[in-house]
Amino acid sequence: MIRYSIVIITAISIFMVSCKEKTPPALPKLGFKKIVDGEEVDHFVKDWSFMNTDSAIVTNKDLSDVVYVSDFFFRSCPTICPKVAREMKRVYKAYEDNPQVKFVSFTLDPKRDTPQKLKEYAANLQVDTDKWWFLHGDKDETFDLTSEYMQIGYEDEDAPGGLDHSGKLILTDKEGHIRSFSEGTDPDETPKLIKDIKTLLKEYEEK
Amino acid sequence: MRKNNQTYIFLLLAAITILHQGCDQETYAQGKRLYEAHCENCHMEDGNGLAKLIPPLQNSDYLKNNQDKIACILRHGQNGKVIVNGIEYNQEMPGKKYTAVQITNITNYINNAWGNDYGVTSLEQSSISLQNCK
Repeated sequence: MIRYSIVIITAISIFMVSCKEKTPPALPKLGFKKIVDGEEVDHFVKDWSFMNTDSAIVTNKDLSDVVYVSDFFFRSCPTICPKVAREMKRVYKAYEDNPQVKFVSFTLDPKRDTPQKLKEYAANLQVDTDKWWFLHGDKDETFDLTSEYMQIGYEDEDAPGGLDHSGKLILTDKEGHIRSFSEGTDPDETPKLIKDIKTLLKEYEEK
Repeated sequence: MRKNNQTYIFLLLAAITILHQGCDQETYAQGKRLYEAHCENCHMEDGNGLAKLIPPLQNSDYLKNNQDKIACILRHGQNGKVIVNGIEYNQEMPGKKYTAVQITNITNYINNAWGNDYGVTSLEQSSISLQNCK
């Protein structure tokens, strides 16, 4: 009898503890720390400026009121890009009506992916370029930016399409910190990213 | 008696081998492996393609009605506009130096995957098609 009671009490305690954990833990700030003015601060994405599909210049400061999901791609990419784009669109669909979330795709092949070509690409992907930016800029600056978003991108003659790059979807907060990511080639990881965006938005609601 | 036993064991092993092969024999397994390696990144695991960028192979009137072109498209790629199920696509598809055997296997896989029922091609047919590529 006593043994039963102990089991029941333990079970109830476990239930109560799990009930308490309703609010998910805050998302970490990912990446190596940076040194700014001699002080160690959390990693943040450095300033950038690129051209959008209307050939207007946009910068990371234009994204300081939203959280955004970004990836690196190129239109003629014969490998992972279409799958990454599909997962990106899944996340886009989940937040289509939420103005606090935007999407940013940087092309790694600016020579061929002109703003006009990217505009066509967006139309064919059937997404709105106000909400999902397709950005064109200096090639070296773009490759340089991949590491800022904790990704890899480099030219490789042997790679299909001449470029090798990772296909992560990166979630960046309003302050430019990277807060979550998913592997764009793995559809099973996408729901977690969709949930993490919700968690991140909550953080701003509570402020 | 001993000989009998040996016969039984032999029969049993033979039966297991045959059954085992039966389990492994997925339809068009070779074509499926090739599809996964070379086609799936764009046409997707369900053959649905992507929006208006990459045309579907599943339930695709283009695939169904252009069986004589498939071999050449696989080997030489495709450029320019195509209309699939009433939607226009214009994204370059790269070709690859597949052998006629590989092309036959891929064709038979996509012709019969995801509920497609577009028939079966032979090595002979694929080879003839390949000789007539434009």
